[in-house]
Amino acid sequence: MTTHAPQTAHSVTLPASLDEAVAALTAMPAAVPVAGGTDLMAAVNKGLLRPAGLVGLGRISELRGWHYQDGHAVLGAGLTHARMGRPDFAALIPALAASARAAGPPQIRNAGTLGGNIASAAPTGDALPVLAALEADLVVAGPGGARREVPVSHLLAGREMLAPAELIGFVRVPLLHAPQVFLKATGRTGPGRATASVAVVLDPARRGVRCAVGAIAPMPLRPLDAERWIASLIDWDGVRGLAPEALAAFGEYVAAACIPDPPPPADGTQVPPPSPAVLHLRRTVAALARRALGRALS
Amino acid sequence: MSNDVATEAPAPAGPEQEAPAHGLGASLAPADARAKTEGTFPYASDLWAEGLLWAAVLRSPHPHARIVSIDTAAAAGMPGVRAVVTHEDVPGDPSYGRRIADRPVFAAELVRHHGEAIAAVAADHPDTARLAAAAIAVEYDVLEPVTDPEKAFAAEPLHPEGNLIRHIPLSYGDPAATGEVVVEGLYRIGRQDPAPIGAEAALAVPRPDGGVEIYTASTDPHTDRDLAAACFGLDPERVKIVVTGVPGATGDREDPGFQIPLGLLAMRTGCPVKLAATREESFLGHAHRHPTLLRYRHHADTEGRLVKVEAQILLDAGAYADDSAESLAAAVSFACGPYVVPHAFIEGWAVRTNNPPSGHVRGEGAMQVCAAYEGQMDKLAAKLGLDPAELRLRNVLATGDILPTSQTVTCPAPVAELLQAVREHPLPPLPKDTPEEAWLLPGGPEGAGEPGAVRRGVGYGIGMVHMLGAEGADEVSTATVKVHDGVATVICAAVETGQGFTTLARQIVQETLGIEEVHVAPVDTDQPPAGPAAHGRHTWVSGGAVERAAKMVRTQLLQPLAHKFGMSTELLQITDGKITSYDGVLSTTVTEAMDGKELWATAQCRPHPTEPLDESGQGDAFVGLAFCAIRAVVDVDIELGSVRVVEMAVAQDVGRILNPAQLATRIEAGVTQGIGTALTENLRTTRGLIRRPDLTGYALPTALDAPDIRIVKLIEERDVVAPFGAKPASAAPVVASPAAVASAVRAATGRPVSRLPIRPQAAVAVPNS
Repeated sequence: MTTHAPQTAHSVTLPASLDEAVAALTAMPAAVPVAGGTDLMAAVNKGLLRPAGLVGLGRISELRGWHYQDGHAVLGAGLTHARMGRPDFAALIPALAASARAAGPPQIRNAGTLGGNIASAAPTGDALPVLAALEADLVVAGPGGARREVPVSHLLAGREMLAPAELIGFVRVPLLHAPQVFLKATGRTGPGRATASVAVVLDPARRGVRCAVGAIAPMPLRPLDAERWIASLIDWDGVRGLAPEALAAFGEYVAAACIPDPPPPADGTQVPPPSPAVLHLRRTVAALARRALGRALS
Repeated sequence: MSNDVATEAPAPAGPEQEAPAHGLGASLAPADARAKTEGTFPYASDLWAEGLLWAAVLRSPHPHARIVSIDTAAAAGMPGVRAVVTHEDVPGDPSYGRRIADRPVFAAELVRHHGEAIAAVAADHPDTARLAAAAIAVEYDVLEPVTDPEKAFAAEPLHPEGNLIRHIPLSYGDPAATGEVVVEGLYRIGRQDPAPIGAEAALAVPRPDGGVEIYTASTDPHTDRDLAAACFGLDPERVKIVVTGVPGATGDREDPGFQIPLGLLAMRTGCPVKLAATREESFLGHAHRHPTLLRYRHHADTEGRLVKVEAQILLDAGAYADDSAESLAAAVSFACGPYVVPHAFIEGWAVRTNNPPSGHVRGEGAMQVCAAYEGQMDKLAAKLGLDPAELRLRNVLATGDILPTSQTVTCPAPVAELLQAVREHPLPPLPKDTPEEAWLLPGGPEGAGEPGAVRRGVGYGIGMVHMLGAEGADEVSTATVKVHDGVATVICAAVETGQGFTTLARQIVQETLGIEEVHVAPVDTDQPPAGPAAHGRHTWVSGGAVERAAKMVRTQLLQPLAHKFGMSTELLQITDGKITSYDGVLSTTVTEAMDGKELWATAQCRPHPTEPLDESGQGDAFVGLAFCAIRAVVDVDIELGSVRVVEMAVAQDVGRILNPAQLATRIEAGVTQGIGTALTENLRTTRGLIRRPDLTGYALPTALDAPDIRIVKLIEERDVVAPFGAKPASAAPVVASPAAVASAVRAATGRPVSRLPIRPQAAVAVPNS
């Protein structure tokens, strides 16, 4: 007997609108949405995933651009990294453009999308610390034309999840009209996954500095105390510069907050000193945060 | 004379000569270049046969375990499954191995490494085969793995022959000798993987006579056939290995461990069976470079001249012996490097562990010790306050000097000239001299590098490798040249691994016979053996055999003409298909002289014999040596510890340039592989388990990681014992470049850098680190 089944008609739908895509997922809950496929198809090729059907999002033109609404840019989830890396986008949201340019080799950047980076939620996803620092919100599309907003950090932290047949449609990012920086450390000169990354965003209207550290934890980390402290030192109405010592202290503050020493054991024994790898990671985060803030304020 | 390739340095003096279009010295392009570029070149993974079945191999998830039971009933009963084989189904020898038959085809009682084959399945669909393999129920009694090679000596034997594969206590000179200056160091080299871009694949087709034909990218087809036949319980004549296109090989490919299960399945089912390894299986299955621990003590006088070198070298062979004995011989013999050392005491061991298996990867043994002895030379220079290049120059080896194995260096050894050439080459401009946007900082174009934190360093590495098999290996090769209808064909079982042998064979025939159109026949084991594609042997012995066969054809062709005109064949020459006499009086065409005949000749080339190292590591073990000096220039972000190699200046001893373009490519490829060894390539394990068997976890150099590679000098001093005076060129840069990068990072950071690949925390140079 043979296991060569007559080729079952592959269930692939190619909806032309977001609502059609949601409808297709509602009709076939086992189907998997696919945009760039840079993570999904690798899993399929490895035999880790065998989707019963695919809903291709590549033909939904409303997801591939952006529009403006109430001081925000509403970014389509289908924006590719390559598109986000271009100068016109970089003028709008510089840190997101920098993270898109740093994400993988050109082949990946041409295919991989913003929505996919969020949905995969890999700790090393380069856009994630930027979105966390920008306090971006997701516009999630559900059955029957429903739309709801979810803060990106809620989704990444698992506080709110996508329901079946829901899709990330758009990402609402505030337009801050101020410098922002994304820096990423990798183990090499060529494209690689981040060992640590830092996004620093200035928000002059609210007199705030927002910082997020990526790749060192399952989700981006926000050192809120460090942000408030450094924002209080900045002369927002003047030249906005800071002394090198203040920048260095901010870096140390961020690193200590994101990679804390373990609490002392209850039995009063000595905490073992952190390993060289932990010390190096802390030093890396400190250097990235210091450099990022320095560049944002320069 | 020297020649310059791919460099802006002025051309050597002398009359301008137009580069030849074919023959030796021409930059002939490989015949398959177009097909490979366009993606139409067939590799083993592209093969297809009517009614073929798909194989899958069940591999051990544990590095060390006793097998309590194997139950294949569930797998064998699955629809679509045609055969399941385990150790019980191996009709011949249960184990194989090139020197010691210590490696089971399928693990029977004991699993000795993560990924060891337990069983194989043939089914009518690859997914069915994979599911069936997963359905084989194996009960393991998990044992504590031996993963620290230093503990292997005292550990329970992993194999009946014990854990010590080879021990060489080399002793040369006076043990009591001491120098005024002593430096010590401990060095660790990681596990490099050959990581071929095309993963392993093969197709086995049963033969009507009960034998089997295996189509695969073997790099040593005759040895593989003999080993496979022994396990099949067949005469070697009934097993045929047909070599398909080789998608990258810097180590062994598709070894018998891959071929034998497939052959068994084909003979069991009577159907063609195909196996295409996943990337994970590829990492688990093939041999890696030996992780090595090296402890050194160098004695020198106050002038910086070496007095004595003491070293202990420990090679982690993994579970099976493979080529470890030969790798150890190279490591021990070259432990002092291309330097004159009056007294040397080098003790080397290769031991079994439960780590992934180690074996042949080009430059093995020599690469690890080069990183260590060059580290010692840097230490010595720092202690004496000498320039590192100057210290090296005071010690370099030359022709006529004696190695610590007591072998006299009889081949050209222009080490001083090589080092001078890279030292005198102008340094690349500092970033401040170029606009900042053109400055690629450590960490890459969108990385976090900051110019203020970047320090530049310059370092040197001088490597030496042996050519051809060592210690008495019979390095014979046989080739046949046929000429018919103005077209020549070369038949030789030397595998084209990308080293360029087929192009070279065409050039040799063009040169000797003056025939432009030369084809090289595909390789199979019905042809006489040519030996493994390793240690540059095909350039030397197979190239030599092709030349001899071509010369015999030439004699056959010219003899009647020479007789007719009353002159010896040496007075006739063949160019562009025309035969002319020395004085130009006689002229005819090759086609006319052939007169419709077909000319054949077969010849062998066998280099002069070598001898095994004796119990104190002494003996003439090597046929020839090749040398390479590299100057590395690196930029290091001293806060993040990120390293970018800016430029590698290479000077190499090549004997004679046979194909300038191909030679430059081989050197560039070798240097790039060495950059991987130095910075990123390390197949890491945790308690014997490979952590990330994929190309994301295992970072091969990309175009952005590869530096400017400047070939500043190629020294053409012919090696009189080599057929064309040419030395194989691929391995020497692999050996020298990691040492050069480490040396440059030392210079940039002031850190000791004693571990490869260099981890970022080892390249950080800020206070309080």
